[in-house]
Amino acid sequence: MENCEPLLSVEDLNIYFRSDDGIARAVNGISYEVKPAETVSIVGESGCGKTVSALSLLGLVPCPPGEIAGGKILFDGKNLVGCSEEEFRKIRGNRIAMVFQEPLTSLNPVFTIGDQISEAIEVHEDLPGDTLHTRSVQLLREVGIASPEERLKAYPHQLSGGQRQRVMIAMALSCRPDLLIADEPTTALDVTIQAQILNLLLSLQQSHSMAILYITHDLAVVSQVARRIYVMYSGIIMEQGETDRVFQSPRHPYTRGLLASLPSRLKRGIKLPSIPGMVPDPAHRPGGCPFHPRCRLVKTSCREAFPEMCDYGNGHLSRCPILYHETKGA
Amino acid sequence: MIKTADTPRTWNETLDTPSSPGRSRLEESWRLFRTNRLALIGLGIFLIFFCVALLGVFLTSGSNPVFDPALVRLEEKLRPPLSRPNLDALTPGKVPTLGVYLFGTDDLGRDIFSRMLQGAWVSLTVGFVAVGLSVLIGIAMGGLAGYFGQARVTFGHLLACLLLGMGSTWLVAGNKWLAIVLLLTGGALLYISLQDTRSGRNPAKENLWLSWRRLPIMTVETLIMRVVDIMLCFPSFFLILTVVAILPASMYNIMIVIGLTSWMGAARFVRAEFLSLREQDFVTAARALGVGKLRIIFRHMMPNALGPVLVSATIGIASAILTEAGLSFLGFGVPPPHATWGNILSDGKNFIFDAPWLTFIPGFAILIVVLSFNLFGEGLRDILNPKLRKRS
Amino acid sequence: MLSFIGRSFIQKLVTLFFVSIVSFLIIHLAPGKPSQIDPMNPKFTPEILERFQKEFHLDKPLYIQYVLFYKDLLTGKTVSWKDNQSVLKKMWDRFLNSLPLFVVGTLLTWTLSFPLGIRSAIFRGGAFDRTVTFFSYLLISIPGFFFAYMLIIFVVTRFHVPVIGMETFGLATTAWTSVAMDRVWHLLLPSILGATGGIAVLSRYVKSQMLEVEGQDYVRTAVAKGLPPEKVHYKHALRNALLPFATMFGLILPGLIGGSVIIESIFSWPGMGRMAYEAILARDYPIILTVNFISAVLVLAGTFLSDILYLLADPRIRL
Repeated sequence: MENCEPLLSVEDLNIYFRSDDGIARAVNGISYEVKPAETVSIVGESGCGKTVSALSLLGLVPCPPGEIAGGKILFDGKNLVGCSEEEFRKIRGNRIAMVFQEPLTSLNPVFTIGDQISEAIEVHEDLPGDTLHTRSVQLLREVGIASPEERLKAYPHQLSGGQRQRVMIAMALSCRPDLLIADEPTTALDVTIQAQILNLLLSLQQSHSMAILYITHDLAVVSQVARRIYVMYSGIIMEQGETDRVFQSPRHPYTRGLLASLPSRLKRGIKLPSIPGMVPDPAHRPGGCPFHPRCRLVKTSCREAFPEMCDYGNGHLSRCPILYHETKGA
Repeated sequence: MIKTADTPRTWNETLDTPSSPGRSRLEESWRLFRTNRLALIGLGIFLIFFCVALLGVFLTSGSNPVFDPALVRLEEKLRPPLSRPNLDALTPGKVPTLGVYLFGTDDLGRDIFSRMLQGAWVSLTVGFVAVGLSVLIGIAMGGLAGYFGQARVTFGHLLACLLLGMGSTWLVAGNKWLAIVLLLTGGALLYISLQDTRSGRNPAKENLWLSWRRLPIMTVETLIMRVVDIMLCFPSFFLILTVVAILPASMYNIMIVIGLTSWMGAARFVRAEFLSLREQDFVTAARALGVGKLRIIFRHMMPNALGPVLVSATIGIASAILTEAGLSFLGFGVPPPHATWGNILSDGKNFIFDAPWLTFIPGFAILIVVLSFNLFGEGLRDILNPKLRKRS
Repeated sequence: MLSFIGRSFIQKLVTLFFVSIVSFLIIHLAPGKPSQIDPMNPKFTPEILERFQKEFHLDKPLYIQYVLFYKDLLTGKTVSWKDNQSVLKKMWDRFLNSLPLFVVGTLLTWTLSFPLGIRSAIFRGGAFDRTVTFFSYLLISIPGFFFAYMLIIFVVTRFHVPVIGMETFGLATTAWTSVAMDRVWHLLLPSILGATGGIAVLSRYVKSQMLEVEGQDYVRTAVAKGLPPEKVHYKHALRNALLPFATMFGLILPGLIGGSVIIESIFSWPGMGRMAYEAILARDYPIILTVNFISAVLVLAGTFLSDILYLLADPRIRL
């Protein structure tokens, strides 16, 4: 699995939004890749552009006011940037599927669950009615919903939050996609349900050998789920690498700040550190490294030059030359 | 709950950095308004209309006005626009100012241009007063329902109001003594009942005789909303027509009647806004600081609730002008000799083939003014609706 | 579900009761005693006043007046002052005349507004949207009778279509095909006139509802599933956007009386609205009051119908 071709390869993607305030560079040149049957996570605070980049994979970025200003999205060899609506429709739900954050509003309230699931199947596969029904029941059973036959006739408002999210996952899986994008799927759910959904996703990944792109702001979740992680800040990837390595030795002040602010048993009684300052407005970014106004290690060079990625080996890269010099120098 | 990044406007709301340019709410609204060209045109036309109406009042009122709308010149009836007067037939006092009949004359030889000038002010007044009245009533009712919604209306309150109502009716009918007795009793009962709710006295100690007045009937909100429902049951145009048919015809009666029959929309908006605002943190914070109820309502909540009311008021003015025109057409409008655009239009319907300008000129004028109000109102609605804002 | 209907029904009954009181009290807006008659008001002469007192039993105590008023009204005893016909019978006859106008107008309005509004929403900002919006604004701002006269002049001088009344006088003896055709011609212009105003308002409302629904998350999910645009717009979005219109549909019932006064006057159509207007002109108070009450009843019936329709349309309320 280590050396095969990546399923998804995003190269130097730029997504801009035009507004009366000027141009907001939501995604400012990011590159990442996902290999088949791998779980990769993009982590970042709200507003860093992670959701927008995920939406662009399915062509869901609203195109006025947004536009893809540059870069490539290579999915299975094909560049998705500049694809027509028709081509996207063949991919959506079929080879790439997405699970959204809010399960209640993401399901249509006036149609039954069964209706919505069979619709997802019908779009890509031509099946007779009773096969559709059996498939739907089977899908619901796979995602762990009890008495699936009855649940098919229910409406979304009759299910609990966790059940709805399971239904969303079932819909996403209905055509056996190669890549599942999960955009903060558990943020709107209770903590206990969160754990269940996470386990469900992991087991489904095994059984379907499907790749998962997991987008979240919650580092605790990341550590359980992802093999590799990309830390994103203000439209740029700040650090990337294998999850264990990044967590054990974070090589960017932002990542360090994020990890340090996780409450854990080791830090009882000590004041919880936080990163001072605020995330910058995407239309008015500071020059140089976008993190420099909030960074403890800031030097003059940080304000002037945009930092390049520094390689620590084994796929661990970080965008802080200051730390790089410190580490390599020491 | 973390908001997913959607469009830059969402980001600008969630991010709050010293580097983003500061804008006051008024500036922001004006900037948005400016992008809606139609709304700007609407506002422009409205301002022009307003100036014309003001000018019109000055130019046509008084005993020797610059443009005389009431001057009858039977020899010059039904002259087309831009026609020159027949100077031989007219005495010098009757020659129109500017030497030409700008908009022609009607069947009594009156100068249409002067009548339109006079009518502009009347139409404007009818619109503004009627809507002003309806907005005031609507805000009062909606505000009460929204803020005091859960307060219970007791039997005592209702009886007091009934007595006060009957007292006022008798006062108007002329029966002074009975009226005064009823009003005093009603007033006293109301006062006592209100004191009760404020102090929450222990009912057990009270005389059984008087305790019936505490019986709760319904909440304030239910009461007011039921009144709104009842008023909504009567189709407004027909109701206005009925009332105007019974009451003596006068400009003020019409304004009052239109006002009294169209407050329901504003009341509903204000109540809905108040209901949602009441739960918001800034209200709780104000109460925790000990700010008095009235101050909270007027200074904190009302400005937020006024948005949809303003929109419906603007569109209401347009509809009031149209209603007045409709009433004039049916013969129940503002009585002569006041000129309103509706009057001129309806007078012209008898001469539609001989003197089409009598219909077209006021018709187009009404159309343009009403259109401008509607455009302006819609522009306001677009500004005030954050959801629509994001989508563009 | 039944409790919802039950509660709604009882609410409507209570409102009906209060509405009946208000309808009844309108009489008392008129001057009560001969001494109170304003000599400048031509609407009330002492003779009219006397008749008023007699017919509405104004000499009796208030609550008896109320009971008698409604007894007379509902049993058809109330008679028109103009021709002494029973009010209810007169209303029924005129109602039958108004009905085709109403039906055709409503049909036109509702069948045309939806495609216009939906297309405007989906292709927002395009030429179609802007044209429709422009005409909508124009139509809601134009005084009704002004537009009517312009239409009449245009149609009569160009196409020689008859516009006055329900049928051409004397045609009744010819073949039924020409009678039918004649009826259709007469029906055409008033219905179109009635419909245009309705279309202008309704299509904009349809558009704004569609826009609001199109911004919802479940539409995004539908797109993300790979559904073609027809399914996204006409199955997912439209079905939700239609919900408020189920309620509106119930409210067109009151339009039977309310909306048509001006149109019927212009075209001399002998319908219910015109009867009400003539009654007002002729100070035929029994008719005026009855029509007021009946229209209020229609409004309540309409809102009740809306409640039921909404119940059927929205599963969130039903279950």
